[in-house]
Amino acid sequence: MHQEGPGHPSAEHPEPRRPSGSLEAEVLAVLRAAGAPLTPGQVRERLDARQRAELAYSTVVTIVSRLHAKGLLARERAGRGFAYTPVDDASLAAGQMNRALDRGADHDAVLTRFVSGLSGRDARLLRDLLDAGEDGG
Amino acid sequence: MLLVVYLPLLIPALAAVAARPLAARLEPRQGTWVLTVAAVALAGCSTVALALLAASAVAQVPVLADLGHYSQSVIHRHDPTSAVAGAVAAVVLTLAAAAVAVAFRHRARALAESYRRAARLNDDGTVVVQRGAAVEAYALPGWPGRIVVSGRLLEALDEPGRAALLAHERAHLAGRHHLFTTVAHLAAAANPVLLPVARAVDYTVERWADEHAARVIGDRRLVAVTIGRVAMLATPGRLPAATLGMVRAGSRRVSLAWAGPVPRRVAALLGPPPRSRMLLLAAAVLIVLLTGASAVEAARDLHALLELAQAGH
Repeated sequence: MHQEGPGHPSAEHPEPRRPSGSLEAEVLAVLRAAGAPLTPGQVRERLDARQRAELAYSTVVTIVSRLHAKGLLARERAGRGFAYTPVDDASLAAGQMNRALDRGADHDAVLTRFVSGLSGRDARLLRDLLDAGEDGG
Repeated sequence: MLLVVYLPLLIPALAAVAARPLAARLEPRQGTWVLTVAAVALAGCSTVALALLAASAVAQVPVLADLGHYSQSVIHRHDPTSAVAGAVAAVVLTLAAAAVAVAFRHRARALAESYRRAARLNDDGTVVVQRGAAVEAYALPGWPGRIVVSGRLLEALDEPGRAALLAHERAHLAGRHHLFTTVAHLAAAANPVLLPVARAVDYTVERWADEHAARVIGDRRLVAVTIGRVAMLATPGRLPAATLGMVRAGSRRVSLAWAGPVPRRVAALLGPPPRSRMLLLAAAVLIVLLTGASAVEAARDLHALLELAQAGH
């Protein structure tokens, strides 16, 4: 369960605490609506008034760090902290696909590479060959 | 059916053993053609032989004999093919068909992906410089085909080295070398015994491009050294520390018996230019023709047997 911020003892709020999942969803919704990177402070400002009263700054920081750890948010440095943008599903998929391609998953079969990898033995052989060639030539 | 039907199943094993020595000795362009055509022909013949074995087993099923108006007992008397061999052939045939379908799909996708990527690289020229830390150079088949080289590799080479690298990759694109390797690997999917032949084609297209580069640059040794340098750059950490500063004292002769493709390519370039070896070429062609002839002979056997059986009905 998620801990409420220190400035907001739960006694002030008769409502039961909401599960962290729904808080994450709301923060994510704010970031998606923003269309630009937001700092946790900016995220908090954009939450509606009731939620803002409910969520401390440090809580918002906790939530965005957790979302970042899950790979749902990308972050960039902004002053002393970070600004966050949502990683949407499409770009997530595209990123994974590009990484897979760069690893040579699919088109590798038809590529002709200049050199294939060398085993340790091949490296020694190669050195011998080139050294011998040096002497001979 | 006579034992001749088993010949197309045995000769691919011979080809598998002969593939690497042939790839080392044949002139690379001729070697690529001979090995690719041989792979396709041998895969075709062994598939025909399997189909004939399976068919002769099917022909011994009594119900089918009644339907086809031929004598099942005549076939049984004249055909040494056991029902077990026929059943095994049928299973292997099915597996081979599935393997070819899978391999075809994989290769077709790879080619489509390569064409897409080549088209997306919207630089004007053929050569595309890739950013990043990788030491990488490859030919990307497409319309037009591209040569992708990492900036780091270009920086590490001097001008003649770059020219050699690009000449090598241009030869791959101009010669459509990916088609040879694709066809050879499809043949190997149909008959896995032919895998060494497909690998030999992978090697001969590299040699083909190396020799092309050597002709364009006019310096075989330079191409050899460039390949060696790039290979060393591309595998950091794999070099045993001792080799870097080691001075060779003892054996000057280097055994390439179990070596990977890179040392063999370098050794070939350090040696004399390849000559075309007509005798070796003729021997390879002869073996393929022999296989074809035995497949045809086996088919005629089966046909004659069925006619005999129909007459005896």
